[in-house]
Amino acid sequence: MTYISKPTVHHPALQKNAIGLVRREYEGAMTTLCAGCGHDSITAAIIQAFWELSIPPHKVAKLSGIGCSSKTPAYFLREAHGFNGVHGRMPALVTGANAANRDIIYIGVSGDGDSLSIGLGHLCHAIRRNVNVLYVLENNGVYGLTKGQFSASADPGSTSKKGEANTMEAIDGALLALSLGATFVARGFSGDKAQLVPMIKAGLSHQGFAFIDVISPCVTFNDHDGSTKSYAYTRERNVEVVQADFVPHAQAITTEYDPGTVRSVLLHDGSWVRLRKVADQYDPTDRDRAYAFIRERQKHGEVVTGLLYISPDSSDLHEQCNTVATPLTQLPHEQLCPGSAELEKLQARFR
Amino acid sequence: MPRTNDFAFKIATANGTGSASANGLIMQAIFRMGIPVTGKNVFPSNIQGLPTWYEIRVSQKGYTARIPEFDLMVALNPATYVKDVAEVRSGGWLMYDSSWPLDATLIRQDLTYIGIPLAEMCNARFTGMRERILMKNIAYAGALAALLQIDSGIVRALLKEKYGRKPALMESNQQAVDIGYDYATANFDCPLAIRLAPLEKTADAILIDGNTAAALGCLYAGATVGAWYPITPATSLMEAFKGFCQKYRQEPETNRNRYAILQAEDEIAAIGMVIGASWAGARAFTPTSGPGISLMNEFLGLAYYAEVPAVLFDVQRTGPSTGMPTRTQQGDLMMCAYASHGDTRHICLYPADPREAFEFAAAAFDLAERFQTPVFVLTDLDIGMNDWMIPKLSWDDSYRPDRGKVLSAEQLDEVRTFSRYLDTDGDGITARTLPGVHPKGAFFTRGSGHNRFGGYTEDGDEYVEVVDRIDRKIQRAARAVPAPILQTMPGARLGLVTVGGCHAACVEALDILAAEGMAIDYMRVRGFPFGEEVARFLEAHEASFVVEQNRDGQLRNLLMLETGTAAEKLESVRYYGGFPMSAHHVISGVKAKLEKAA
Repeated sequence: MTYISKPTVHHPALQKNAIGLVRREYEGAMTTLCAGCGHDSITAAIIQAFWELSIPPHKVAKLSGIGCSSKTPAYFLREAHGFNGVHGRMPALVTGANAANRDIIYIGVSGDGDSLSIGLGHLCHAIRRNVNVLYVLENNGVYGLTKGQFSASADPGSTSKKGEANTMEAIDGALLALSLGATFVARGFSGDKAQLVPMIKAGLSHQGFAFIDVISPCVTFNDHDGSTKSYAYTRERNVEVVQADFVPHAQAITTEYDPGTVRSVLLHDGSWVRLRKVADQYDPTDRDRAYAFIRERQKHGEVVTGLLYISPDSSDLHEQCNTVATPLTQLPHEQLCPGSAELEKLQARFR
Repeated sequence: MPRTNDFAFKIATANGTGSASANGLIMQAIFRMGIPVTGKNVFPSNIQGLPTWYEIRVSQKGYTARIPEFDLMVALNPATYVKDVAEVRSGGWLMYDSSWPLDATLIRQDLTYIGIPLAEMCNARFTGMRERILMKNIAYAGALAALLQIDSGIVRALLKEKYGRKPALMESNQQAVDIGYDYATANFDCPLAIRLAPLEKTADAILIDGNTAAALGCLYAGATVGAWYPITPATSLMEAFKGFCQKYRQEPETNRNRYAILQAEDEIAAIGMVIGASWAGARAFTPTSGPGISLMNEFLGLAYYAEVPAVLFDVQRTGPSTGMPTRTQQGDLMMCAYASHGDTRHICLYPADPREAFEFAAAAFDLAERFQTPVFVLTDLDIGMNDWMIPKLSWDDSYRPDRGKVLSAEQLDEVRTFSRYLDTDGDGITARTLPGVHPKGAFFTRGSGHNRFGGYTEDGDEYVEVVDRIDRKIQRAARAVPAPILQTMPGARLGLVTVGGCHAACVEALDILAAEGMAIDYMRVRGFPFGEEVARFLEAHEASFVVEQNRDGQLRNLLMLETGTAAEKLESVRYYGGFPMSAHHVISGVKAKLEKAA
């Protein structure tokens, strides 16, 4: 994983972002995934998004579970703390971390085995708590590290590399998130960076659980003809319904789109996400219609992508817990310990 | 001859009828009379209807262990009459509700029967089903006050404290007390030969359960994140913590919370949240019981190996599996000591009563952060949920949390590079950093193989170097955990070793054995890994009795494994039926072993 190091020297002429960092300063160790793995493209999109947003890397914490996808936090933001936890249970770790220190920007990276099988319950409850995290599900429909078993997102009828057909229904991460009340639901394709980068940026600025399901073909075990998570299949059947454009805080919105099809949503941190409807009847702020539309296109074998749903009023974990603005980790002991005199006083009720 | 301030009685009722407040009232009144008292709540895993009992022991010598035989039974639940009548000692008393006749089969010639028409009197005085049932229970408290000579002024004062703001409720409660009191006085020779007389032995004491005390320890130690999944008998720990936080942890200007309590989807997530919060730098904890620890095993291995602090309270109940959720046991000693797959060893603290639950709770956070590892505080249902009389809690205001080796931004500025698992001073503990503090502090926390720099490894030597250092680190914690309590007697060649809540039964048993001329030294272990004193004690005695509450002799196993003491030197004395241990269990166990040896 991280034992291969990349040179950190870079050319002085490289473009810098608002805090003076070049894109390479958002990179991590060299990937050890298979050449052509969709996950590496997602990593590149994540790097691009953080760099464009000029987020100081050390103010980020990147968490993951176990599996190919969960290795990827080692490949971006080397100056961010990383936590490669146990299989499927990253949502619990990030919930605790976020409760403790709300000033950190959290990104969780997971896979379909991690999120939709072993850790499905944890994912559901992290969505319900609306933990402020960008949650990227790198979805390839297959268990790669154990060499090609079906995952819970494998579509019925799709075949494994060995030709075996999957007989069970698939769990669709986006539909699941919508039904659980997720406040930000998107779907991307690892092969479409232009769509993915603004989506990640919007997710990072969203106050609450931002769920992005990214179809990410597994070149070794799931990129063959019978697969519904292959590059060819996804490219052919990808229906983009909403193009998201992200406008950071303090940047003016320019009107390059036809106003009739553009909808701007103000995010908590003051930035804007602009949604351009590609499909006519699509409304990305109507949960039920979003759900119905995805189901409808699924029947036709189509994969709906884009920012599928966003709730403009999202109340995250900290609002629900009514916690103070200061991160709990920074509260001085004097504010936490009532002291000996109070202890003496409060024991009156135990007499 | 009257027996003053030294007897036990038991109240049998049905769950959900409000008997808890009556029982609490009686306990508290005795306590306010200055008389040492303990109460044990024997309750079912049920919300309403099943039998429930409350046992009160009055002991002027201050003994707190359970007595399984009762001088007086307040038998108010016909469903358990047969069993309840059988539990009264010969020559004792049985009080019952004489609104209905008692079946002839329940009459024992060696008991005195006290029939009080509680239902009849309360039905006449009160209206409404609910009030009648509730007041019937308060009325038996009144009768007991007369029979046992409980100070009625104190009872009145207690009712006033409780219902002072609700005069109507105060009035009906007082009337119910009077109904019972007056009837008993008029119809029986009050007080009975078992009776109370004021003492001055509780002035500096409190009545508190261990879960509440542990919650106070968490509050005082500065815990800010609590994650949990409800489970008997640990639930009241988090509820108490929440109650204290609502009072002491609100930012005055905004009414916002200086804490976060997360009710998780399961115990796995609860410990995951604790590890995540501790990793981010908060003091975090989870209260649970055996089934919860079983689920947490995977994450505990991660915290051990990746060296992340975590504090767990295991309020033990009777296992295995669901077991008897409302009965007590010490069945998790082995599991907690070595939780998770692979080689692990965890710091464990074993409080014997609520006072130690308070102190060890606070100590657990320091140990967890200093040694960067999970720390278990093992209590049990008896300590956690029952009211114990303990000396008042105190707090040293000079206390500051020991955060262990956490590098600040300034310290990170100074260093050239930071390596998470590099032991620079040879104490086995390596410096850690928190997210968001400094770009140089970044590292990858992982449960996969890692070398001393924190990098991923599959190299055998690099792996061994790290796990060996962790082993040394945990072994060093033996010197930091609370030392065992030792009590020696001149000429004693035998020892008695115990842990946690068995303490009460052991000290009483040792007093009785000493009075019979048997000198036995005593050691109560309070922390794991065991310190040198533990091995020395076992070494210094010809043989030691190991007293504990589980079937397999888990403490004895741990002592053999960890100190290398020979099996022949450790005689096992066990009781594991789910009730708190009694002195007689210890005495009969010790005597049986001695007879066998002779």
